[in-house]
Amino acid sequence: MNEERKGLKEKITNSDIWRSIFRHGYEDTGRRYTLQILQNVWLHLHPPRVSRHALNFRFTWCMGGITFLMFLVTAVTGVLLMFYYRPTAEYAFRDVQYLEFDIPFGMLLRNMHRWAAHGMVISVMLHMFRVFLTGSYKKPREFNWAVGVILLLVTFFLSFTGYLLPWDQLAFWAVTVGTNMARATPVLGHEGPFAPQDITQSNDVRFALLAGTIVGPSTLLRFYILHCVAVPLLASVLMALHFWRVRKDGGISGPL
Amino acid sequence: MEHFLALVTKPDNVPILAILFLIPYFMWLSYRQARQTDITGVPSDAALNDKVYVWPYLCRNEFICAIIVMLVLGVWSIMIDAPLEEPSDPTKTPNPSKAPWYFLALQEMLVYFDPWIAGVVLPGLIIAGLIAIPYIDINPKGKGYYTIKERPFALAVFSFGFIVLWIVLMIVGTFLRGPGWNFFAPWEYWDPHLVVPLTNVNLSYLFGIRSETTANFFGFVVVAGYFSVGPIFYLWKRNSSRFLQELGLVRYVVVSFLFLTMMALPIKMILRIFFNVKYIWVSPWFNI
Repeated sequence: MNEERKGLKEKITNSDIWRSIFRHGYEDTGRRYTLQILQNVWLHLHPPRVSRHALNFRFTWCMGGITFLMFLVTAVTGVLLMFYYRPTAEYAFRDVQYLEFDIPFGMLLRNMHRWAAHGMVISVMLHMFRVFLTGSYKKPREFNWAVGVILLLVTFFLSFTGYLLPWDQLAFWAVTVGTNMARATPVLGHEGPFAPQDITQSNDVRFALLAGTIVGPSTLLRFYILHCVAVPLLASVLMALHFWRVRKDGGISGPL
Repeated sequence: MEHFLALVTKPDNVPILAILFLIPYFMWLSYRQARQTDITGVPSDAALNDKVYVWPYLCRNEFICAIIVMLVLGVWSIMIDAPLEEPSDPTKTPNPSKAPWYFLALQEMLVYFDPWIAGVVLPGLIIAGLIAIPYIDINPKGKGYYTIKERPFALAVFSFGFIVLWIVLMIVGTFLRGPGWNFFAPWEYWDPHLVVPLTNVNLSYLFGIRSETTANFFGFVVVAGYFSVGPIFYLWKRNSSRFLQELGLVRYVVVSFLFLTMMALPIKMILRIFFNVKYIWVSPWFNI
């Protein structure tokens, strides 16, 4: 029976029609598997081979990969959201309402963007926890851990700047509360200890963040540009560095 | 209680609910593997050199993982709508006003420390401390596998900081802090007119010190004494401890400073909650 099936398979794959469609078969060799990685622009980030324990979900929790996936989802949905959103005090809130009620799948788009962003914050924290528990920050990966810490901050900042954009009460007050602490920065904040007399609420570090003394239209524009352009660019550069160093430092950590 | 259920099921609090399950699950998962390593020994070099092709084995895993995550995200996005409240109004302050959920541990710290410490100095030290970890942890063991026996101190400190001082405070800040940032148990009604007597006094007052200058000096002595626990311990143990000699003075100073700073938060929490202590050190320029 098996023999017969094999014969049939060969008969089909050797037929003129089959061979006119598929130029060659798929070799089952290590060379083939290696080339599959090396010759693919999306996959060449990977090494051709990894140690077996790197495949183990219980070891990696997949959290680094999930963080990257969440970043990609927010990038794609974010670009689509930008088509419908104007970062001005007059339009921002209405554009979000319009998106929710009138744009086909607008609500779903916004939900995916928001939940992927929240998911990214969770997964990046769990990723850090895993990397610590497995001691993966130890030599030679010290610097990549530092890059990771900065990426954690960048993730928080991306999420925080995005929080303001719907321009509703939730957004407005969360950002007001979140940026209020900057008033108390030592030396650089007007309510902080050791602040020089010329530091006032219209030139301190909080003013630089908000582009005003309270959260206002210029804050919205500032956060919009940080959220959509500046911080994603920074995150991309740091992620490239982070992934590159994972490989240069000997791939995913293991007992050495 | 109804009100608490409404709070828990708020769309933006879903991530915290997820964390409530994810953190215990991953702690259990890592604990099990650590215990196994501690019993059976560290995986050998042979296990490490056992290599597999990324295509198809790793790519397959990544693909399956991505599909599952996208499914979860898709269902989540279809089932639960992102919140949109009324248009922003600078003249209408909600009570309580909360930062986004991932900053609530920081906002919670504001109860115990002045904004310049809770909002600026401590977050800065958290970041600096995290970056410093690989440079101050000179224990070469426990790299690339789960273990408890080989690095108990590092694990205890980090887990305490991450689980208790970050995750738990975040959950408290989200679910148990109501109007006026007062503490409310889940079954309590969030009364915006709740009157809470402000009976907190400074530590110096508890010790019967009334003069401002003496109180300033007293506070300085307490804080300086607290941070000199580290150096004194070093001088005391330096000759007998191999570990301290290997660690070196500079690394030791950084470790003890970061550790004592971290522990200052739970200490201040206990002092505030059980002894109604407001400040430990009141000076003309700043209060701690």
